[in-house]
Amino acid sequence: MKLTLKIWRQESAKAKGAMKTYQIDGIDGDMSFLEMLDVLNEDLINKGEVPVEFDHDCREGICGSCSLQINGEPHGPDRLVTTCQLHMRKFNDGDTITIEPFRATAFPVIQDLIVDRSAFDRIQQAGGYISVNTSGNTVDANAIPIEKQNADDSFYAATCIGCGACVAACKNASAMLFTSAKVSQFALLPQGEVEATERVQNMVRQMDLEGFGNCTNTGACEIECPKGISLENIARMNREYLSAVSKG
Amino acid sequence: MSELKSNIPDGPLAQKWTKHKNDINLVNPANKRNIDVIVVGTGLAGGSAAATLAELGYNVKTFCYQDSPRRAHSIAAQGGINAAKNYQGDGDSNYRLFYDTIKGGDYRSREANVYRLAEVSSNIIDQCVAQGVPFAREYGGLLDNRSFGGVLVSRTFYAKGQTGQQLLLGAYSAMNRQINRGKIQPFNRHEMLDLVLVDGKARGIIARDLVTGAIERHSAHAVVLASGGYGNVFFLSTNAMGSNVMAAWRAHRRGAYFANPCYTQIHPTCIPVSGDHQSKLTLMSESLRNDGRIWVPAKKEDAEAIRAGKLKPTEIKEEDRDYYLERRYPAFGNLVPRDVASRAAKERCDAGFGVNKTGEAVYLDFKSAIIRYGKEEALINGNQNPTDQEVYDYGKKVVENKYGNLFQMYEKIVDEDPYKTPMMIYPAVHYTMGGLWVDYNLQTTIPGCYAAGEANFSDHGANRLGASALMQGLADGYFVLPYTIGDYLSKDIRTGKIPTDSPEFDQAEKDVRDRMTKLMSGKGTHSVDYYHKKLGKIMWNKCGMSRNAKELQEAMDEIAELRKDFWENVKVPGTIDSKNAELEKAGRVADFLELGELFAKDALTRNESCGGHFREEYQTPEGEALRDDENFSFVSAWEYNENPREAKLHKEELVFENIEVKTRSYK
Repeated sequence: MKLTLKIWRQESAKAKGAMKTYQIDGIDGDMSFLEMLDVLNEDLINKGEVPVEFDHDCREGICGSCSLQINGEPHGPDRLVTTCQLHMRKFNDGDTITIEPFRATAFPVIQDLIVDRSAFDRIQQAGGYISVNTSGNTVDANAIPIEKQNADDSFYAATCIGCGACVAACKNASAMLFTSAKVSQFALLPQGEVEATERVQNMVRQMDLEGFGNCTNTGACEIECPKGISLENIARMNREYLSAVSKG
Repeated sequence: MSELKSNIPDGPLAQKWTKHKNDINLVNPANKRNIDVIVVGTGLAGGSAAATLAELGYNVKTFCYQDSPRRAHSIAAQGGINAAKNYQGDGDSNYRLFYDTIKGGDYRSREANVYRLAEVSSNIIDQCVAQGVPFAREYGGLLDNRSFGGVLVSRTFYAKGQTGQQLLLGAYSAMNRQINRGKIQPFNRHEMLDLVLVDGKARGIIARDLVTGAIERHSAHAVVLASGGYGNVFFLSTNAMGSNVMAAWRAHRRGAYFANPCYTQIHPTCIPVSGDHQSKLTLMSESLRNDGRIWVPAKKEDAEAIRAGKLKPTEIKEEDRDYYLERRYPAFGNLVPRDVASRAAKERCDAGFGVNKTGEAVYLDFKSAIIRYGKEEALINGNQNPTDQEVYDYGKKVVENKYGNLFQMYEKIVDEDPYKTPMMIYPAVHYTMGGLWVDYNLQTTIPGCYAAGEANFSDHGANRLGASALMQGLADGYFVLPYTIGDYLSKDIRTGKIPTDSPEFDQAEKDVRDRMTKLMSGKGTHSVDYYHKKLGKIMWNKCGMSRNAKELQEAMDEIAELRKDFWENVKVPGTIDSKNAELEKAGRVADFLELGELFAKDALTRNESCGGHFREEYQTPEGEALRDDENFSFVSAWEYNENPREAKLHKEELVFENIEVKTRSYK
């Protein structure tokens, strides 16, 4: 198929960016979206132009490196996939595709389609862990049975890949879905209870410091999340937060 | 450095590790504060090592090329992690895990290392659960297990098809705790470009900030390389796009021996190649072989009809299907080890029974599992006479619960529903057992330079069993390296900070800059990918699932020529002093172009078949691998030469005192 690509080009964090139009031909429906960009880049290199920079790594939807706002949607038009698993068969011959970086104050552009998502790391560093040293002398793994439903819900929350689609989808650029997924993973496990009060407060404080917006329950994050992280996690985090604050 | 000392402690096998831990020197907590350690790579091995070293009190700097430690490719591991917990009461023990691993590796690994791995495996599960890793559980609230290839017990712990992700996020959270305390300084979007030696010891690295292009010097008292494997030498593999051998290869160039480069794992169940545009291959977890049955049509005309699109797999009758693994290996069936399963698939496809357009695919079928589970579920739900549709619906739910994300991934990539029609799979490069040679302490032949996880060669011999990579990565990082490195660092308590303005750092930085300038000065006819793809084709065709002397020799010549062409003609746009993905790739491919030749040389030198290394000249009449224990029961450790075919071979003889070495049989 033949496509017109409108891509955000920005030389560096400080440079001014702009949309640039490219024509591309010979795209196969079995290609992934990123493989389509590989074809474009190979073409640009052969023409002596500077290729488009974008984040990507595992190309199987799990590392969370790839991003891209495609036709206004994080990870494009398909549901429950990352950009690397979006296939060109979802587009038609002759389509015009707009490709931009994820947009949020807390995700400044580094170059072209690459944004800085280190704010997510800092939220995790503020409390996204259980304080247990590597001794090898912890209790036996089966010493504390955990209800299957809680273990499963904890797992589903923990499948967040930290890509930032929730932030990019949100009109307030809120990071509540991301933060609440980590808070929920631990809140649902007995191992996480000990530090629950401090964890949620520290993580929310950091989230606010990074410049993410508030949640107004529009639910766009849940729809665009490639891993289907549930909005329930936000409700759970709010409960955790309120009970933590009331404890003081 | 010419003599390889494995430094395996004396004493009975089961007591070696405990005794060793009692014998080695410790560093007192106050002194640890004055000691710096660099960890390159933040996957399971690097992340867990960094967190543990920081907990102990060392000052740790971590380096990863990704934008966050959480994105290391360990995250993509699917099926599970082994541990000899014997929770299922099926007779598992440390000895059995040890035995299975040695046998699975085709008797080409070190007994003492593997026993230690089995010994600490249980600690890993305890540790991870304490960290909040949400493993799969049964209704009673206890941990669930599944089976993997090459074993007869259920010892694999899992979190659906995302076990690697959950374990890595556990290690990442342990790192975050230490980052928050200021004990780990993370350098993300940074790449190690060289190892710096001072007085023969590893004392730091040269790294490039991948955003600004700045070249940086970092010093430390020891350097840990946990930078993963080199599967991307094949271009197409299940590795991440950025996975590379640079850190390990830079250390190799500085004197660390590289062991067994030809031991590569070709994983039997990957989604087949669909076209020339393909940038990577996607794995379908080995755990699927718990329930999926592998087959091809028994009649050649059926296979031809399928390839021509005239017949559907669901239309082929049961008696016209060849479940070739169950036929050839009745004892292990679909759960034979990966090397055996891969070769068997290749054998059927080469014989003309392949089932996709290119004839390079076999079926992985879940129909009988769906029916089996469906009947069971129907009974549990009180439905004594379920209809076929009800059985299917019940069964589908069970399968979905076990492997849902994998089925979804398959459907997105292939555009077919694997609940309705069998998956098509074909072997692909997945893991590399070879790597930097290390002694029992995980130290390379450079003092102070350690290697952990897939980056070292130590535990898997010539073939790795499923769910053992996660085990080894975390064993090395959480439970082995933090002890053994202390013994080395105990001599450094009075050394003080290592200066970065020494002539050694000057020289290393100059070398790095010269190399990048040279990469940028190619005349510019072809992109980096052009060379990488060419290299991959040579590797896959001549150093892949089966090898022979003639083609290996050809591969060496072709790679040497390609390398020369690359350095003269590669086209790298942009500049050195800015973000430049093409320059990053060029540096990595330059190293692959050296490694590839050494790989072929290693395969050519090893005149036997073992594990993932199958030489056509050395096979039994039934087509199974034929080992030569008399002449090849050793580890090949190569000393660097800029002309890889001239690399010098050092041998570490493998001694088996606790296991009887015999022909591996899964029949």
